[in-house]
Amino acid sequence: MNILIMGCGRVGARLAAMLDENGHKVTILDTDTYSFRRLPASFSGTALFGNGIDEESLIKASIETADVFVAVTQGDNRNVMACQIAKHIFNVPRVVCRIYDPLREEMYSALGLETLSPTKIIGELLKEQIEGK
Amino acid sequence: MYIIIVGGGRLGYYLMKALIEEGHEVLVLEKDARVCKTITDELGSVCFRGDGCEASTLAEVGTGRADMFVAVTGDDEDNLVSCQVAKHKHNVPRTIARLRNPKNAALFKKLGVDVTVNSTDIIIEAIEHEVPTHPVTQLLSLDEKGLIIVDVKIPARSTLVGKMVKDLPLPAESKLALIIPSKGSAHVPVAHTILQPGDQIIAITPSQHGDALEKLLRST
Repeated sequence: MNILIMGCGRVGARLAAMLDENGHKVTILDTDTYSFRRLPASFSGTALFGNGIDEESLIKASIETADVFVAVTQGDNRNVMACQIAKHIFNVPRVVCRIYDPLREEMYSALGLETLSPTKIIGELLKEQIEGK
Repeated sequence: MYIIIVGGGRLGYYLMKALIEEGHEVLVLEKDARVCKTITDELGSVCFRGDGCEASTLAEVGTGRADMFVAVTGDDEDNLVSCQVAKHKHNVPRTIARLRNPKNAALFKKLGVDVTVNSTDIIIEAIEHEVPTHPVTQLLSLDEKGLIIVDVKIPARSTLVGKMVKDLPLPAESKLALIIPSKGSAHVPVAHTILQPGDQIIAITPSQHGDALEKLLRST
């Protein structure tokens, strides 16, 4: 699959490396090229400087042929906007969005985005761990 | 009307003052405590400290009864999200977003923002209008009707000079609304009006024909 990831932080870089290892064609975007140091030396995908809420940058990152778009920058709103561009302008078949704020996550999930809230997930996991499940 | 403004920067501040002057009930949402305090010190309790993208903040300030919701922060993504929350969570009838990147206008429309105001384009147009060699300026965009109003200066060597208005191959649905000659007073053109060199024309056209109209009126 062609996978486009926006945000090369810890999560983005790790996800890119794992998908690359599994044989997917990965492109990763970040607005700071210094972030690309997080990618392993073995990474065979493309690391591109660019802003995921800018249509031109997305076209350069071959969004038109992407099967999956994932937004994992630090900004909820940036992720939400980029994912809506990917879904509604470029018709990417699958769009996954990280949203820290659980309320915002619920709303965009109701609006049809595929969303994940780390706040909700980690909170739940920690609770289970502590309560000794 | 109850109007909520997101962003207490310069634009939000002056917009708020203008709207209060007109007698509206206005509330500014601002994240920065210092900015919020400055506004409150000057104008009383018209500023609420909080994130205008958070549904809970919007619930607290009674967004459900707001008639209008205006997002004027400096970041397009924040303006988009706060308008979407206002629209989808609180059913605000009219949402307005400021844009920095002109390319986002179509996306915002598609995603339910009622009106977008593009500060970059407005400033560029205003400055371009002052450049003497720039023949076409967009004066206004009537987004709901998909029309634009442009201001065109007919160059002296234009192929249109000496032609009658009825003979101009204007794009569909385009109309010349007003002619301001280089000498004399402005008049409304009729079919037999003959274009003169240096005429300034105010024309209205569907936005998709803007380029075609410009090309025609500038043809030399």
